[in-house]
Amino acid sequence: MSKNPVDRTPPPGTASLDTAIAAREHRGLLAWLASQQTFWVSVAALIAFVVLSLVSDVFATQQNLFNVTRNFAFVAIIAIGMTAVIITGGIDLSVGAVLVLSGMVIGMTMNAGMSIWLAVPLALGVALAVGAFNGMLIAYVGVPSFVVTLGTLSIARSLAMVLSNNRMVYEFGPDQPQLLWLGGGFVNLPLPLVDAVRVPNPVLFLLLVLVVTGLALRWTRWGRHLFAIGGNERAALLTGVPVRRVKLSVYMFCSLTAGIAGILEVGWLGTITTSLGQGMELSVIAAAVIGGANLSGGAGTAFGAVVGAALIEVIRNSLILLGISTFWQGSFVGGFIVVAVLFDRLRARSSSD
Amino acid sequence: MALLELNAISKHFGAIQALADVSLTLAPGEVVGLMGDNGAGKSTLVRIIAGNFPPSTGTMTMQGRPVVFHRPTDARRAGIEIVYQDLALCDNLSAAENVFLGRELVHRFGPLRVLNYAAMFRRAGELFAELKSETRPRDLVRRMSGGQRQAVAIARTRLAEPKIVLMDEPTAAISVRQVAEVLNLIRHLRDQGIAVVLISHRMPDVFAVADRIVVMRRGAKVADKPASVSSPEEVTGLITGAIETA
Repeated sequence: MSKNPVDRTPPPGTASLDTAIAAREHRGLLAWLASQQTFWVSVAALIAFVVLSLVSDVFATQQNLFNVTRNFAFVAIIAIGMTAVIITGGIDLSVGAVLVLSGMVIGMTMNAGMSIWLAVPLALGVALAVGAFNGMLIAYVGVPSFVVTLGTLSIARSLAMVLSNNRMVYEFGPDQPQLLWLGGGFVNLPLPLVDAVRVPNPVLFLLLVLVVTGLALRWTRWGRHLFAIGGNERAALLTGVPVRRVKLSVYMFCSLTAGIAGILEVGWLGTITTSLGQGMELSVIAAAVIGGANLSGGAGTAFGAVVGAALIEVIRNSLILLGISTFWQGSFVGGFIVVAVLFDRLRARSSSD
Repeated sequence: MALLELNAISKHFGAIQALADVSLTLAPGEVVGLMGDNGAGKSTLVRIIAGNFPPSTGTMTMQGRPVVFHRPTDARRAGIEIVYQDLALCDNLSAAENVFLGRELVHRFGPLRVLNYAAMFRRAGELFAELKSETRPRDLVRRMSGGQRQAVAIARTRLAEPKIVLMDEPTAAISVRQVAEVLNLIRHLRDQGIAVVLISHRMPDVFAVADRIVVMRRGAKVADKPASVSSPEEVTGLITGAIETA
């Protein structure tokens, strides 16, 4: 069926409307990429990756890459949850403590002979409960997130100690193999031309959390409301966004990611002590910030959080492989945080004029 | 029939009398300039209409029916929208996302609801075109001029087919060229039969668009007359108290 070309001429006014709707800030793909912090962090991670492959015989081996990806998966999973919280302009300092509490709940219950099918929901439920406690106080009572989560940081770790009497747990009952497989297992990914790649299970969970969160941030009301609250909370409230409910849910989501990471980490280590995840909140926040989350709210991506976590792990791994004292690790990670924030400031300045 | 009628509205906060016996009517397609010094009761009056708080005494009727607003959403449901002085926009979101904030359009896939960006961009684009504004739906509000921001805030009120739009100091913090843009936006609302209440300190802006001028002083209405038979000098006198009533 051919159409008369005259029929296809839009009525006057329509064309300009269409172009207005289609109009983006056209500055070319490269210019757009260059303005994305995630892009530069990816470049940095990639450069580090290439340099390390060249200078170290060990780095690019299957076994080392397997370790690197698995190690960073735990931080990256939580960094995604943290990014969601940071987008709303909040912070969650309790993630490391929630991780150990969730791990201890699954450790103690399975140690007592409980099935993994009950223990996992129980551990996640405890994590969600801590998140709900955080969220209630922050959203409904109006206590600053920094203060509330500083409190739960202390409470959750203390509960883990109470629960285990501060013992090390390494017997996980009849379902122990399943738990160890969950965190320590891997899936063989057959590839053409090269040997099959072993993908650690935590990385698969990370991919799942990444895809779900990435889609939710962009394509759901919940996701856009997180950005609205971080951009202008009063405006969100006045326009009818259920601000308090959204804030409650985001702290529960962040705790849930910490709970998932806790279960996986126990499965990987095959043991749990109450010192697990101590100080982890700092690496997680660092990953989120390096990945482009803005601590004043309103900006951040799930993918950025993962790239940020990857960069931190590559730095850590490279220092070990290059024989540099691991005492330098903090300096490098800290340096990247400062550079990331400086980068954000410079970008804000150049776009404001 | 009057669109909105306020009958002897009074409001006191503790011992402070913010409004005393104010009566006011609004007709469809009418622009009313609400003027007065700081503390004269303009904001209190507008907040009562917008449902931020109820009056202490007095009644409101819309199209002949008595109405009571307990919350801003009650007023919104009745067809009253407000453009806040600070516009209540999120800088980090696009124009279209701001227009639809809290009222996003979605596709339903079973239990899943996925944002329908195409429809939101289209509707927002139509609204901006209706307002004769050059605002583009995908642009971030952060990068917009004051006039474009006003267009976004006003487009938001148009989503719900309002009957009355309240505007709090829309021209206070923008450039001269943008003021003209905003005044045009107000005229477009009026041409579509919407009643506009314009709170402003800027005499020329009010006289440029208002059909009627209402002047408040110390919580009372001291003047309510067509703009054509008043003058900036008279209104200044009324605001300061140099002229008692008109």
